[in-house]
Amino acid sequence: MTNISMTVNGKTVSGEVEGRTLLVDFLRNDLRLTGTHVGCDTSQCGACTVHVDGVAVKSCTMLAAEADGADVATIEGQAGADGSLNTIQAAFQEHHGLQCGFCTPGMVMAAADLLKNNPKPTEAEIRHHLEGNICRCTGYHNIVKSIMAASGQDVSQLAAE
Amino acid sequence: MPKDSGIGASSKRREDVRFLTGTGQYTDDINIHGQTYVYFLRSDVAHGKINNIDTSAAAAMPGVVRIFTGADFEGIGSIPCGWQVTDRHGEPMQEPAHPVLAQGKVRHVGDPIAAVVAESLEQARDAAEAIDLDIEELPAVVDMKAALSDGATKVHDDLSSNLCYDWGFVEENKGAVDEAIKNAAHVTTLELVNNRLVANPMEPRVAVGDYNRANDESTLFTTSQNPHVIRLLMGAFVLGIPEHKLRVVAPDVGGGFGTKIFHYAEEAFCTFAARQINRPVKWTASRSEAFMSDAHGRDHVTKIELALDADNNFTAVRTETYANMGAYLSTFAPSVPTWLHGTLMAGNYKTPLIYVNVKAVFTNTVPVDAYRGAGRPEATYQLERVIDKAARELGVDPIALRRQNFITEFPYATPVAVEYDTGNYPATMDKLEEIADLSGFDARRKASEAKGKLRGLGVNCYIEACGIAPSNLVGQLGARAGLYDAATVRVNATGTISVMVGAHSHGQGHETAFPQVVAEMLGIDENMIDIVHGDSSKIPFGMGTYGSRSIAVCGSAMVRATEKIINKAKKIASHLLEASEADIELKDGQFSVAGTDKSVAWGDVTLAAYVPHNYPLEDIEPGLEETAFYDPSNFTYPSGAYACEVEVDPETGKVTIERFAAADDFGNVINPMIVTGQVHGGIGQGIGQALLENCAYDENGQLLSASYMDYAMPRASDVPFYTVDHSCQTPCTHNPLGVKGCGEAGAIGSPPSVVNAVVDALQSGGHNVTHIDMPVSPSRVWAAMNNA
Amino acid sequence: MYNFDFEKPSTIADAVAALATEDAQALGGGQTLLPTMKQRLASPSKIVSLSGISEMQGVCKGDDGSVCIGGATTHATVAASASEYPALAALASNIGDPAVRNRGTIGGSLANNDPAACYPSAALASGATIVTNARQIAADDYFQGMFTTALNEGEIITEVRFPVPEAANYQKFEQPASRFAMVGVFVAKYADGVRVAVTGASEEGVFRWTEAEAALSADFSAHALEGLSVSGEGMINDLHGSGEYRAHLVKVLTKRAVAAC
Repeated sequence: MTNISMTVNGKTVSGEVEGRTLLVDFLRNDLRLTGTHVGCDTSQCGACTVHVDGVAVKSCTMLAAEADGADVATIEGQAGADGSLNTIQAAFQEHHGLQCGFCTPGMVMAAADLLKNNPKPTEAEIRHHLEGNICRCTGYHNIVKSIMAASGQDVSQLAAE
Repeated sequence: MPKDSGIGASSKRREDVRFLTGTGQYTDDINIHGQTYVYFLRSDVAHGKINNIDTSAAAAMPGVVRIFTGADFEGIGSIPCGWQVTDRHGEPMQEPAHPVLAQGKVRHVGDPIAAVVAESLEQARDAAEAIDLDIEELPAVVDMKAALSDGATKVHDDLSSNLCYDWGFVEENKGAVDEAIKNAAHVTTLELVNNRLVANPMEPRVAVGDYNRANDESTLFTTSQNPHVIRLLMGAFVLGIPEHKLRVVAPDVGGGFGTKIFHYAEEAFCTFAARQINRPVKWTASRSEAFMSDAHGRDHVTKIELALDADNNFTAVRTETYANMGAYLSTFAPSVPTWLHGTLMAGNYKTPLIYVNVKAVFTNTVPVDAYRGAGRPEATYQLERVIDKAARELGVDPIALRRQNFITEFPYATPVAVEYDTGNYPATMDKLEEIADLSGFDARRKASEAKGKLRGLGVNCYIEACGIAPSNLVGQLGARAGLYDAATVRVNATGTISVMVGAHSHGQGHETAFPQVVAEMLGIDENMIDIVHGDSSKIPFGMGTYGSRSIAVCGSAMVRATEKIINKAKKIASHLLEASEADIELKDGQFSVAGTDKSVAWGDVTLAAYVPHNYPLEDIEPGLEETAFYDPSNFTYPSGAYACEVEVDPETGKVTIERFAAADDFGNVINPMIVTGQVHGGIGQGIGQALLENCAYDENGQLLSASYMDYAMPRASDVPFYTVDHSCQTPCTHNPLGVKGCGEAGAIGSPPSVVNAVVDALQSGGHNVTHIDMPVSPSRVWAAMNNA
Repeated sequence: MYNFDFEKPSTIADAVAALATEDAQALGGGQTLLPTMKQRLASPSKIVSLSGISEMQGVCKGDDGSVCIGGATTHATVAASASEYPALAALASNIGDPAVRNRGTIGGSLANNDPAACYPSAALASGATIVTNARQIAADDYFQGMFTTALNEGEIITEVRFPVPEAANYQKFEQPASRFAMVGVFVAKYADGVRVAVTGASEEGVFRWTEAEAALSADFSAHALEGLSVSGEGMINDLHGSGEYRAHLVKVLTKRAVAAC
């Protein structure tokens, strides 16, 4: 067992983990931050996407011990302290960018990762950036639209509703 | 002017807030004090005889609580099948036993052999590796036609063959259909495959069983689309637990698409084992496990013939389909290739004679059951592909050929036993031609060709039967349950409302759309109304969500219950207003006396119901809560027309979807935003079936596409923005909301247009390709181009 | 996963020492190793993370003009920093997906030598030098077949040195499910000749298409490849495409890579 500590959503946390404990298991089981989901076991679906030291990673494919000392951000830390949705979250609600909600935390975290480096991405750049995030409900239309809207782009002409 | 609340408003989804902030509660988020974890040891061979299972070493491993095998389920019920199909000769289908854990034989890769319950999942897995298995591998049957050949290995030794049933529909029409095809001016024949798919909701299945010895109550938390159905099947048929001692809860569920309808062995196991060890038992599927234990979808092999007269009128359709059941009969499996498929073979066309033959076959593969559309995509794909092929053979415009044969008068009784109540197929085709800008296609094709690409246009229509279903009808057809639904409207003293509904929301947005209906009826704010769903202890009853039935069936029950509420509230209002009940009107949340300025507010009436100081106690009871069960009198028949434009890279065979348009008729629409989202998602899955997804087995029954490494899920980069319209609305005539349902349309309507477009593209490039089976992968397109 | 001990040394020397334990395994970004371990297909007794070794991080320019990449450098960093070798940066920017690129490392990829990985084609086509804690290995000697390399037990890739070509391009045709390369072709034109390396296609892993190299060294144009053909023999034949199809793609992608140079 290894003692680890890290910052998660701005709070210092610590715990004792086995070598094999994945970051997602530490978040879900030890910290009870169950917003980060597990949708596959081959590192492809992206439901487990979180930020570690400012970049998106798949928390199902990172050992918890590797995150010792890191600054971790999860979906639970994205809204304001008063519960208000952040720009990306609000755009997903406004544009119906989610249905069952299971892939959504990963999508929001992936979108945040994109917009940090590319504040006005094109449709193609968004679709390319979501290569590692699978959604089965939306056909991606409204996810891409939500991210475009979150970046301040006019999406009113994209599709009739 | 779009409405901002009530029916027809694109109200923003209230459930989104919890999903967007990580505070949803999915089944795997539930942890009960003292819980144990189960790991299922699954067969790695497709077919084998279990000679011995030695668990002694494993039982001594650290953390192991108990190990179960098939022997522990002697005397426990078989996983039941909910639909009995009768074959061409009036005989019932062959129905094998389906034990919770394998007994005697394993019949597919993934068949559970033993279950290790331990203090942690990894300990359970460690111990499972220490189980000593003696399994004698037997030859596997994988190919359906081979499975029916003489001398084929039998999946079930106690059945006479691997044939589940040989179904003919309508059997009495067979002779006339054969005759019409013999005498036709033209017959187009097509052999095709509806590829086997895996539904792949992003949330893998999870079950948590709990037991309270003090009151002998079991609780199952499960990833289900229909908790009451699970309670019924598992309680009555498998474990023998009466309803009042069994609670089934489906909390937030991360997508279903059909595969979470069915009752699964793991649910029964966790409930059973929790009682045995008197501790909670949790199972969480890995994605790899899901691939070999979730019921698969589609997997039909069909020959279809379309007969036309000299004027290109359709005169007959004849099909022969082999439908894979897998190794056991999943809950609704027998109904999918029969009643959900054969009844749709008329499509949107006035073909007078139709005969459908379906041979359902047992193989050593994962059970196959309903997946989004369930039988209707298979029917639509056959019909819309063969029509397209016929148009090419006859040298006529495929849209014109369809228009010529459209049903135009309603109600219309098809030759396959259903009656379409409404529809306007020319209108949806007109709308499609407009929104897809079909007149601009030639210019777009030239632009593609200038880039060295081939461009194709594919169009198709679809009709589906949903809102399932009239109980007396489906009872005659072999359903072992009713298919009504139920709702309770509980009005609280302050006027707020909880509506307990039997439908389950796992992405469809019921928590938003259902209150819009009640708000519209009562003239009050949507936010005063909450929906309660997914818990058998809170809901009167419910048959759940599938077959695009939630708003059409459960929504209708909710309307009926709300009507009862209004009736009673009017009685209370008439008392408060000292007026005749007949004169009371309800508008904008106010009860008023017609022709006067006397009124009383909704909240005053509801308060009076619970504080009945001034109340007609001699006539009515206090309180304001009503329940209604609604049993539909017919299916609903959404329809539409879809268009797809593809580009094909002639060097690599890669197909890209350039444009996709859908014009649907869903009747009345409650929340257009949600409906559009449902169509988007369905199209995404339909494109997945057409271009990417393929659940494949090798000849030994090994699953080749056992993870996302080999099963191609559609990604954002595989699809374009879709153009979607549902302004053509012919309201359903037989339910109170005039709604038809929209959940499956996209998945039903999209695969044929994609394949039609690919064939069009290849032919435009001079390749004499008349058909490519789905998925139309780059390698298949390349092979087709090079073989043609 | 089977359990294991975890170590995260901060120097190469400490990592080498830690890897001396029987069944110890180095961990780069873990984007292949961890999924493999989740399937219980590997059971190391100890995992030695290389991510804390600062001397194995980053992209720099060598004295001979080559681009030198630390073995623990992530794909994302290569994509952002290998501007001296744009084709290599472009390849890195298209491996897997963004989250994978933020963890996966060049050393991890080359040590694993997945037959469908992208980096082996760049290393082979560039005639790169694989630098380990013990020695320098020429790319031509390094790749020894599917999942097989010249690395010894416990040997760590500390750096990879890429001679910068006059022109280069990588074309990847993705397998529809995994999005690994079904076929990937890296073409690099140097003063002394053209090198063409193919990944994804062969059952033997990455290989050089020497006929194409000869033709392109004589005439660096897509046209020069017209008369050549690749045999489907020995090519991977699976659910996603036949050996013949992959062989066909090798030629198509090579032409495209040349045209894009």
